[in-house]
Amino acid sequence: MINLPSTFRISFRALRVNKMRSALTMLGIIIGVGAVIAMLAVGTGASKKIADQISSMGSNLIMILPGATTAGGVRMGSGTQPTLTMADAEAIRKECPAVQDVAPVLSGVAQVVYGHQNWSTGIVGTYPSMLIVRDWALATGRSFTDQDVKSATKVCLLGQTVVDNLFGDTDPVGQFIRIKNVPFTVTGVLAQKGQSAQGQDQDDTILIPVTTAQKKLFGTSFPGMVRIIMVKAKSTEDLAPAEKQINELLKQRHHIGPKQDNDFTVRNLTQVMQTREESTKVMTLLLGAIASVSLLVGGIGIMNIMLVSVTERTREIGIRMAIGAKTWDIRLQFIIEALTLSLIGGVAGIIFGISGSELISTLAGWTTIISPLSILLAFGFSGMVGIFFGFYPAYKASLLDPIEALRYE
Amino acid sequence: MAIIETQEITKIYRLGDIKVSALSGVSLTIGKGEFVAVMGPSGSGKSTFMNILGCLDKPTDGKYLLEKIDIGNLERDELAGIRNKKIGFIFQGFNLLPRTSAIENVELPMLYDGISVKDRRQRAMAALKSVGLEGREDHHPNQLSGGQQQRVAIARALVNDAPIILADEPTGNLDSKTSAEIMVLFVKLNTESKITIILVTHENDIAAYSRRTIKFLDGSIVSDEKKVKI
Repeated sequence: MINLPSTFRISFRALRVNKMRSALTMLGIIIGVGAVIAMLAVGTGASKKIADQISSMGSNLIMILPGATTAGGVRMGSGTQPTLTMADAEAIRKECPAVQDVAPVLSGVAQVVYGHQNWSTGIVGTYPSMLIVRDWALATGRSFTDQDVKSATKVCLLGQTVVDNLFGDTDPVGQFIRIKNVPFTVTGVLAQKGQSAQGQDQDDTILIPVTTAQKKLFGTSFPGMVRIIMVKAKSTEDLAPAEKQINELLKQRHHIGPKQDNDFTVRNLTQVMQTREESTKVMTLLLGAIASVSLLVGGIGIMNIMLVSVTERTREIGIRMAIGAKTWDIRLQFIIEALTLSLIGGVAGIIFGISGSELISTLAGWTTIISPLSILLAFGFSGMVGIFFGFYPAYKASLLDPIEALRYE
Repeated sequence: MAIIETQEITKIYRLGDIKVSALSGVSLTIGKGEFVAVMGPSGSGKSTFMNILGCLDKPTDGKYLLEKIDIGNLERDELAGIRNKKIGFIFQGFNLLPRTSAIENVELPMLYDGISVKDRRQRAMAALKSVGLEGREDHHPNQLSGGQQQRVAIARALVNDAPIILADEPTGNLDSKTSAEIMVLFVKLNTESKITIILVTHENDIAAYSRRTIKFLDGSIVSDEKKVKI
């Protein structure tokens, strides 16, 4: 018959007797558990940051850029030749089954004025579908419509940074601003998105109907040309098929033969980001694994001390056996002692790990996220370490011969 | 009514290739309620015999019946159970757990018998009271005199209501006055509680408290005298 509360009390007392030794043994577990929690927090934080960037970019996003000019054998950079048109965008929307929506972009930088304030920002001429393609919500007001695109209305949606710089506390919806001296009505304000993966402020922008951009702001010698076409695939699985369909369609539309270079580039941004996310996850696992090694070393420390303790307390074991302690009474006593060491170490380690990751995020400025799962994992693992490394010393103690043990000096 | 019965018990130790015979055919019957002193020079086999009686060791050959139970057939944990319930041990060096209060030392046998915390405390208090240590329950062994420590050990031996007490030179570390006090306590336990007491001693005046004296020499019993009641 085994009495757990009493056994725990006995272990506690035994550990208190050698305070310094117990504390040092625990230190191994404290560092191990702390390291596991802190490393997982750093890794999870990094993953979360990338995941946030993906969702701020717009999920399942594909970008089509114009190709490079080749002039006399000299190939210029990507985007030097305007080859994409509004008609391309329409064709992609209609003919690529894996595509959910399309938004062409005709953009430029312009000075914007409201009252006494002025601000230089990126003007993006596009379709209302831009909000869908980039998963962009409206903070206030309403979006412009397809009708506005058809009739090239002078309306605009403002990014949060523009609002902050031009309006301050005033509600911008319904106000007039001037872009390149052309008056526009503000119909709505875009929800804040924060920084992009490249560190750009995504909120420092104004969206206007693409036709308005062509006719009133960035009139070019190539009517109907756009700078970029943004495409949203129907799902993550549709990303690759959509890429392929767009490539084929544009080759056909641009009359590009099998041996010719494409005059456009299709970039699957989501895939790039997802690859980054995957590698961050692998990194997290790796960090966690390395940290676990220190937990293992802590466990060996426990085993070492427990072996010493069994030898030192041979006589005590003999007395207990003479009085009627059975094999498992003795075993449990030492296993629980090891478990107590590792669990107290575990709790201290959790505190150490949490404050450690706070410190990392303050000092290094990294995002760290402590998941309850990682705490549970580290704590459970430390308990297992205690039982595993406590077992052998306990087993050894239980096999002692009571007569020999009683005689031990 | 025999509480302890041994039949032709032998014990042979192997030290490498050499066989050492510690006991050669000891047959003995001890009745319930007897007070026996076991004497003999060191190496006479009395310690080995006591270890076997205490179920700490098994005989190489022969039979040992404790309350009609054949000890030779029992497993390690079953022997521990017998030691827990049937036998109270008292040692020369007291063998209390250090850094553990008197009452917790006394509670120890009940801990291995699955007795509830409340009952343990109650019975341990009663046992300490019966050996005259009321008010000392929270003292640690190093805060108690030798005589007091031995009383704690006696309380520990009594607490599970064991019918037999095995005492191995219980007064060996005590001065003569304290020794006498302890022996009076043994006599009281024997006469009032009818506990069977078997005690090993070198000293004749200690053996004088008993009512039967068994002398060992070279692994055999050489004399077994019962005192006539005066």
